[in-house]
Amino acid sequence: MEVPIQWYLLLAAALFAIGAAGALTRRNGISIFLSIELMLNAANLTLVAYSRLLAVRTGQLVVFFVLAVAAAEAAVGLALFIAVFRQRHTIDVNRINLMRW
Amino acid sequence: MLDFLWLIPILPLAGAALNGCLGRKPPKALVTLLNVGAPLLSLLVALGCLWEYGHGTAQVIEKAYYAWTAGPLAIEAGFRLDQLSAVMLFVVTFVGFLIHVYSVGYMGHEEGYRRYFAYLNLFMAAMLLLVLGSNYLVMFVGWEGVGLCSYLLIGFYYDQDFPPYAGKKAFIVNRVGDFAFLLGMFALIAKFGTLQYSTIFKQIQEQPGLVTGPYVGGFTLAGFVALCFFVGAMGKSAQIPLYVWLPDAMAGPTPVSALIHAATMVTAGVYMVARTNVIYQLAPGVSQFVAVIGAATALFAATIGLAQTDIKKVLAYSTVSQLGYMFLAAGLGAYSAAIFHLGTHAFFKALLFLGSGSVIHAMGGEQDMRQMGGLRKALPQTFITFVIGALAIAGIFPFAGFFSKDEILHAAAEHGQWPLYAVGLLTAALTAFYMFRAVFLTFWGRFRGTPEQEHHLHESPPSMTIPLWILAVGALGSGWLGWPGKHNWIASFLDPVILHPAGAQAAEHAISPLLLGLLALAVAAAAIWYAWKVYGDDLGTEQGEQWAARFPWIHDLLVHKYYVDEIYDLMIVRPLAALADFFWKGIDGMVIDGALHTGAATAKVAGEVSRFSITGNVRNYALYFFLGVILLFLWLIF
Repeated sequence: MEVPIQWYLLLAAALFAIGAAGALTRRNGISIFLSIELMLNAANLTLVAYSRLLAVRTGQLVVFFVLAVAAAEAAVGLALFIAVFRQRHTIDVNRINLMRW
Repeated sequence: MLDFLWLIPILPLAGAALNGCLGRKPPKALVTLLNVGAPLLSLLVALGCLWEYGHGTAQVIEKAYYAWTAGPLAIEAGFRLDQLSAVMLFVVTFVGFLIHVYSVGYMGHEEGYRRYFAYLNLFMAAMLLLVLGSNYLVMFVGWEGVGLCSYLLIGFYYDQDFPPYAGKKAFIVNRVGDFAFLLGMFALIAKFGTLQYSTIFKQIQEQPGLVTGPYVGGFTLAGFVALCFFVGAMGKSAQIPLYVWLPDAMAGPTPVSALIHAATMVTAGVYMVARTNVIYQLAPGVSQFVAVIGAATALFAATIGLAQTDIKKVLAYSTVSQLGYMFLAAGLGAYSAAIFHLGTHAFFKALLFLGSGSVIHAMGGEQDMRQMGGLRKALPQTFITFVIGALAIAGIFPFAGFFSKDEILHAAAEHGQWPLYAVGLLTAALTAFYMFRAVFLTFWGRFRGTPEQEHHLHESPPSMTIPLWILAVGALGSGWLGWPGKHNWIASFLDPVILHPAGAQAAEHAISPLLLGLLALAVAAAAIWYAWKVYGDDLGTEQGEQWAARFPWIHDLLVHKYYVDEIYDLMIVRPLAALADFFWKGIDGMVIDGALHTGAATAKVAGEVSRFSITGNVRNYALYFFLGVILLFLWLIF
């Protein structure tokens, strides 16, 4: 039997909500990162689901781009956190308040 | 040689400019060579030009070097050599050069030797531009240039308090006159579309009606222009009420007082009035005003001179007084007498100033005559030349002042202006008295200064005494050029410059010059005899002080120069300062700065409030971002 589109969307929404909550509440930089990845993948799931429902391949194509960008972003982000860690010996974002007045 | 007319002002200008190119510390001899050489060359070129002019047939030499046209207005940068500018040219280059030579000795020990000569050369350039210009604009450029140099040289000792103040005073008081001069020029441009002497004067001479119609406020155009120009002359030539800067100008070095504030610059106003004679002749009311102001200034300044104790102040008031004489002559229509007196005055007043400089030099900077006395033994050459100058200004035959002053008094008598004649005669008596008061206080009696000063007394070096002797010859002989009667060379020489428009008034009475001359001579001799009675003894000013004690309030009035400076301070300076203060603190401080500060304060408060949203915490920023996205979605959906 076909899985109804609503199920996909509910799962994606749940994933996105978990990711957003995590990104806003976690203090560890890496955890924020993981949460952002969750949100990205929620979006990916939505794209794939609609792509299948509407029988258009574009959505699946876009997902590949998103994955590539996510990988690049992860690399840059990790590099940044390593650099910050070397300077300040922490990646607790509450304590990395360089831009504060 | 006349083709090199342009070199005459350019040479000293080049001297001033090259003075700045001599490197950081040029040797004094090099400065001397350059800055005394430039006026010397200028003098030689001028003499060459005058020689050729005198032997030529042309009455007027006009050279145009550059013509500037803007619509209907055409202005030429050009020079004009006629009888009037020839006389001025000779006086300026000759006296100017002598004073440069004198300065070599007088300023020899000064720190600012080089700066002094740069200014002095620049002054010569500006003054020559003034007298040689072929239109009012070139004259005005020179007019402003000499004003600038006067300011620079009065404030030469800028490390003291008073000289810079005196320089500013001179500059600001002159602005009042310059404003009127500009107004007069504008009126001429509006009517004639040019400022060229030759064009304007020719048109007026042929059609006096052009300028005698009603113009503004009850004045004809001639009257308006004449009045404006005279107000300009009041500033530059120190006439009531704008004379106040000249006595203070004595704060400059003494040769500067001799050159600028006695012989040349201050006579520029007389030159301008004489140059504009065709317009003045068509404005009899203004001419009468000029004569009255001149006579009033002559008498007023002479009375102040009676009570001054500073030798340079005596000479300064005497200059104001003599300038008054020149305007008296110009106002009476005796323009050649005015220029004649200008020339003789340049010689004897420069001589007196340089003589006083020699005295001050010997006294180590002392200017108070009460501290001098008996200097004729220590300074024989200065003494003799100074007495020659004093005899000349007092109007004793056969010295120069006798002839030129007599011309003026004669003109007053011929026009039936007996009150003016009486004022002139009284001034002549006062002049003889205060000059010989200065002579007796300085050179007669016993020395009243400190023993140290007495030990230091010495005659000045030849670079100072030789100019004194040359000027003394001029102070003696220059008057003979105006021998009364039909051999009056100066009057017949200047006659072509005096343009008689149709309808100008001629003299009313013919009066024998002999009688008037004898009267003036007797008055001057009596005044000198009285000065001898009061100041000729060993007691110095004692007898004079007893005499003054009998009229304490008159003496007080004279010592304080009629409180004119105080009155100006109260009536003009203070209200202006109060107004400036109001604009500074009220308008600028409260309104303009206030608006700015309010804007800045608003931005600051806004920043203070909003900075609490910038926590520096990444999660807060993420929250704002998230909320923003939600808002965006809500907006898109609804």
